[in-house]
Amino acid sequence: MNSSLQIFIDACLINNFVLAYFLGLCPFLGVSTKTETALRMGAAVIFVMLVASASAYGIHQILVYINAPYLHLISYVVVIASSVQLVEMFIKKFSPTLFRTLGIFLPLITTNCAILGVALFQTNREYDFIESLSFATGAGVGFTLALLMMSGIRERLELSDLSSVAQGAAVTLMVAGVLSMTFMGFAGMGR
Amino acid sequence: MTNETKQAQHENLDTLTRGIWRENPVFVMLLGLCPVLAVTNSVVNALAMGLATTFVLFMASTVVSLVRKLIPKQVRIACYILVIATFVTVVDYLLQAISFEVHRALGAFIALIVVNCAILGRSEAFASKNNVGKSMLDALGFGGGFTIACLCMGGVREVLGAGTFAGIPLFGPSFAGWSIMILPGGAFFVLGAWLLLFNWLRERKERAEKFTGTSFENRETSKDLGT
Amino acid sequence: MAQATGDMENNQQTPQPIIPEDTTTGTTMVLTMGLIGLACAILIVLTYQSTQATIEENKARFLEKAIFEVLPNTTGKVTYAAEHGALGQMPAGKQAEMEYYAGYNDRQQLTGIAIPAEGPGFQDIVRILYGYAPACRCIVGMKVLESKETPGLGTKIETDPVFLKNFETLDVRLTPDGNAIANPIVLVKPRQKENPWEIDAISGATISSQAIADILQASTADAVPLIEKNLDTLTR
Repeated sequence: MNSSLQIFIDACLINNFVLAYFLGLCPFLGVSTKTETALRMGAAVIFVMLVASASAYGIHQILVYINAPYLHLISYVVVIASSVQLVEMFIKKFSPTLFRTLGIFLPLITTNCAILGVALFQTNREYDFIESLSFATGAGVGFTLALLMMSGIRERLELSDLSSVAQGAAVTLMVAGVLSMTFMGFAGMGR
Repeated sequence: MTNETKQAQHENLDTLTRGIWRENPVFVMLLGLCPVLAVTNSVVNALAMGLATTFVLFMASTVVSLVRKLIPKQVRIACYILVIATFVTVVDYLLQAISFEVHRALGAFIALIVVNCAILGRSEAFASKNNVGKSMLDALGFGGGFTIACLCMGGVREVLGAGTFAGIPLFGPSFAGWSIMILPGGAFFVLGAWLLLFNWLRERKERAEKFTGTSFENRETSKDLGT
Repeated sequence: MAQATGDMENNQQTPQPIIPEDTTTGTTMVLTMGLIGLACAILIVLTYQSTQATIEENKARFLEKAIFEVLPNTTGKVTYAAEHGALGQMPAGKQAEMEYYAGYNDRQQLTGIAIPAEGPGFQDIVRILYGYAPACRCIVGMKVLESKETPGLGTKIETDPVFLKNFETLDVRLTPDGNAIANPIVLVKPRQKENPWEIDAISGATISSQAIADILQASTADAVPLIEKNLDTLTR
């Protein structure tokens, strides 16, 4: 339990996926203009990460069993993409409300590097099933947190008078840099 | 030389150079930012990442272009991803065999080339519609552009952060590196600064073109973020 | 009842939804994907097999270099693994969870044992390799194999010469009964080292220094008694 909690905090705050590993930057820069969209996107990412993490754990066990480490990447990619697709169809059929909330984001996140990142890192670090799930949750919550903070700042930024040179990506990246430095303050919490 | 061959040559040259400058995947189109930020804390790492991505992009484009007429369009994306994942695995093992140290420094980010949107983007937007020769040129151009972007990032970060360039000390022993440049935050700052520079250059050029009265293309600016 | 019949009639009347005419059938799709998958798999396996030998060699060379660095004057090594409190030589090509590397000089005398250890650092897990020499009952070298400490501050645990000097002769003598370290390794404030089992912290990188001290303290508590008990096997 202790180690699961530690993994959660590590993935969420200390080594935040977006701000320390730069995973999932495309949605981070693209969707972080409104707080509400950011929150929904975050929820969808947490959900997909859990699905991906669980399936990646299963595949890893099979691949270890048949002793084929070289098939990791290719099977992760295929299985994550198809499991997200399946989940999407499932939600569409059984819970239209949930689908409306998460729906449009699901296909977008399939190719999100953060998802594959979760699968690869949990394999590299040899987490067991529970640890993998708490890692995935931590990463997802961390992603949501970064997205939310960013969107809050960007909503204000819209109203400020910026030079046309700095508008758009340039200033967003600068703000992300400041956020990243802020999150460095969490380092050392793992001990 | 006939006019037609000249034009064809010009077109080929354009296919090659477009990715390096005008449509640079990182600085203009903001694609594949994750590796550009994550592993560019030294020039050597940046170069390795750039070359690995170029290799994958080149091979994937070639293969996709070769089999473009055989693949039913409903399953094309899945097929492209399969091809890309294969070459990424190949490059992963090759790099481990060539330089174990560099592979350790790049870590899981080699595997993450798979989800570099620049590669899938080129397969889908160019290689699936053009012949092999053109696709190769296009891939080389975009790969080159990506590598140059990585080097721009890695160069600035290593020189300011550690006072060295590719491991060669530049400023003597009394130089204290700016640690922030090697840390994640520095990556965001450096990329932001490069974008500022490019935006400024572009605006200046557009203003100059307007002034002289020549027509200027309305290029995709960096405001187009949703990629 | 009547409504049910009505429904059924309705059902019969509704025409089948027209599937848009397409030249590619499901079979072709599956077949293409299968073929591409097969070609990809063959390519991956070929690369894997052709590079595997070199990769193993690179890994072994990397480890050997680290071992020779933490054990001065060493020119050869033999890998051992612990089983039921006894050290046994590892057959080539096998791997164990916890490995001990016995180093020998060119006259085939035991120079020491290199022991890998790990623990949480400031940022992420820190992996180190340290050398224990039975001759002086002390640690004779320490190398950080992997860390993500803050560059410029925490990374001093890898480069700072004053800090690394701590590990040239770091006392880890056992208690008389041979089951525990007599004076467990402790971290002291910078430049306040008085006893041979203390480590001088780096100012500005106290947490990273503490991490190294903790890793060593935990690892030596198990490893050193084990090695001392099996010294006869190791000295050959």
